[in-house]
Amino acid sequence: MLSRTADNLFWLARYMERADFVARIVEATLRLSALPNSYSDTGTEWESALEATGAAEGFRDTKAAMEEASVVEYLTFAADNPSSICNCIEWARANARAVRTALTVEVWESINVAWIELKRFEQGNLASGRYDREDLSRFLEFVKRISLDYDGAAHRTMLRNEAYWFSRLGLYIERADNTARILDVKYHVLLPQTEAVGGSLDYFQWTAILRAVSALTAYHWIYREGIKPWLIADLLILRMEMPRSLIACYDNIARFLDEIGKGEKEPGKAQQFAHQIMSRLEQATIKDIFKIGLHEFITAFVEDNSLLGQTISEQYLLN
Amino acid sequence: MKPGSCFDEMTFPDGASRLLYQKIARWLAEAPPDLLESRRSHAELMFRRIGITFAVYGDKDAAERLIPFDIIPRLISRREWNRLEAGLVQRVKAINLFLADIYGPREILKSGKVPADIILSNPHFRPEMAGARVPHGVFVHIAGIDLVRTGENEFYVLEDNVRTPSGVSYMLENREVMMRLIPNLFAEHQVAPVENYPDVLLASLRSVAPPGAGREPVIALMTPGQYNSAYYEHSFLADKLGIELVEGRDLLVQDDIVYMRTTRGPRRVDVIYRRIDDDFLDPEAFRPDSALGVSGLMRAYLAGNVTLANAVGTGVADDKAVYTYMPEIIAFYLGEKALLDNVPTWRCREADALGYVIEHLPELVVKEVNGSGGYGMLVGPHAAKAQIEEFALKLRANPENFIAQPTLALSTCPAVFESGIAPRHVDLRPFVLSGSDGIRVVPGGLTRVAMQEGSLVVNSSQGGGTKDTWIVEEPAG
Repeated sequence: MLSRTADNLFWLARYMERADFVARIVEATLRLSALPNSYSDTGTEWESALEATGAAEGFRDTKAAMEEASVVEYLTFAADNPSSICNCIEWARANARAVRTALTVEVWESINVAWIELKRFEQGNLASGRYDREDLSRFLEFVKRISLDYDGAAHRTMLRNEAYWFSRLGLYIERADNTARILDVKYHVLLPQTEAVGGSLDYFQWTAILRAVSALTAYHWIYREGIKPWLIADLLILRMEMPRSLIACYDNIARFLDEIGKGEKEPGKAQQFAHQIMSRLEQATIKDIFKIGLHEFITAFVEDNSLLGQTISEQYLLN
Repeated sequence: MKPGSCFDEMTFPDGASRLLYQKIARWLAEAPPDLLESRRSHAELMFRRIGITFAVYGDKDAAERLIPFDIIPRLISRREWNRLEAGLVQRVKAINLFLADIYGPREILKSGKVPADIILSNPHFRPEMAGARVPHGVFVHIAGIDLVRTGENEFYVLEDNVRTPSGVSYMLENREVMMRLIPNLFAEHQVAPVENYPDVLLASLRSVAPPGAGREPVIALMTPGQYNSAYYEHSFLADKLGIELVEGRDLLVQDDIVYMRTTRGPRRVDVIYRRIDDDFLDPEAFRPDSALGVSGLMRAYLAGNVTLANAVGTGVADDKAVYTYMPEIIAFYLGEKALLDNVPTWRCREADALGYVIEHLPELVVKEVNGSGGYGMLVGPHAAKAQIEEFALKLRANPENFIAQPTLALSTCPAVFESGIAPRHVDLRPFVLSGSDGIRVVPGGLTRVAMQEGSLVVNSSQGGGTKDTWIVEEPAG
């Protein structure tokens, strides 16, 4: 397949995944910030939302006040935030439009229809600077739905060939990055010494993390006990059955790189590196991770993940 | 042009409907007005969802505009079609022989049937192609021949498009939409299918692969990119053909061989269906500022290592000055009389003709010989006085640059509007495919509609719309 096409598919998937993640972060943060003051800690929820989506620095440059309306605006419709939901969808569609032939009608329509609907939201209150929580909640529902549509259409209709594999690689690299970032932003509330009985201040922080990666229900199914911070870390890093955990992402990444590399004489750089990361995750236990430090572990993972993204680009996408 | 003063394809002047259109007339009479309107908006929604859009240059707000689609089909009887088809095949056969000749021995120029200067000094003539051999002598693999109708048995060729004609995606998508939108009416008519067009095109392209290509030649469609007005069509066709859609930056030339950049390294390309003008193909050979092309493509082409469809330099055959010689060209190569007539045309390069044209500007349509897309033309009856005077100056300054034609009474077909059903002028662009084993025309084509009342301009860049074209058996009656 054309390198440029593979590149477009890879980024199309990344932007759709990112839009979904930003929407979930906004939603989880809204819940946190709506708690009575006595439940929330320092009122830094919106700052963490910016950190988790990698938008903190950009936001500071706008000199806007750190408050709900302006942060939400920045994360949803701001033209100057490269990862705003609106920009993610625009970029996803621009990438999709460049490679229509590599997409099925269903996948193209899922993105095109999303874009057409986005244009309608851009006429609404939120996009014109009038903060409106009802509009916001409709908008966030919309964003979560379109990434499901895209994902489902891709899964159900695309041929299992390079077009599909590169799309999925983009999705899982982005997803691994997102899960790692939210863990990184919140790692301090996950440290064992903050253990407390359910109902503590941290409890709401913990559930917010789980909500952001739509894992609250999954948590209960797997552990059948109260929310414990080390179990959250276990779920999001090492649990294969949790589709957003780092290990589940790498299971897929390694598998799709194997598919792409089939027929080559020996495994390429990207494939080797992905397997390295995977086997590190397979051998790790949550105990070890806390021993070397959750923060250090996550930081190293984020770096490796981004390095793998670059390696894939160099090997396949920028020929 | 007033409706009524021209041939209406559905209705006789007395209001009765023609035999061919009887089922359509009944359907229109019985359908409640809001049904037609709801079908129309449903069709629009379908096009919008699929993303069939068209960009109009110089109009920022309309970066992705929809071409208006009219839901009343345009009918042509099988008998009429057979006549048109024979004429189209004859014409394209002659055009291919003509191109092989002017880039070869130039016998027609030696014979004086066509003046040498309009060929050799033509901006679309490519001296690089002199002596070049193209596989099976096919220069024009895809032609779009514009036909107009003025009466029961009167069809004319308005224009030959043999560079990179567009519109075939609308022919195909209009049909899909109609089959979903009005399945009953469609089934009653036994319409000749057009859906095999991509297969016929693919077969034609495969048949002209260079001799060095393997048994499975690699074919790619080359587009200027997603900002081109016809990008949708490019991606649509690449998809239907199952070939890669490439841009210049996806290709490279090494040792006169063309490769595309793939995830598994460079892959050789044998045939390029290019939807990019000659000028932009290769910065080394043509416009050095072209960022859309591929350096060295022309070298690879002339070395015979890649086939370009259409060939380089075909534009010289669809120039409007050359158009006026088509009857002579057909007679010269085939020894036959042209089956399809040209519109009577004044060549402004001839002094007598120029005099007549300047005298009669308010009645004539004047076109630039190298223009296309409806740009730079004067429609006399619709032009203001100042516009006509300005045009007369251009004409006198550069007469060889123009031709003039009478304002034809183009036929009309009914179209649906919010205010009801009204006749609108139409033309027809059938697509003619040439391969190593002959010339084929899929029955039908793109009917273009001038959506403005009285307008004769059907170009989509000028607000024209489209209709599905049905080739149907003549009803017994």
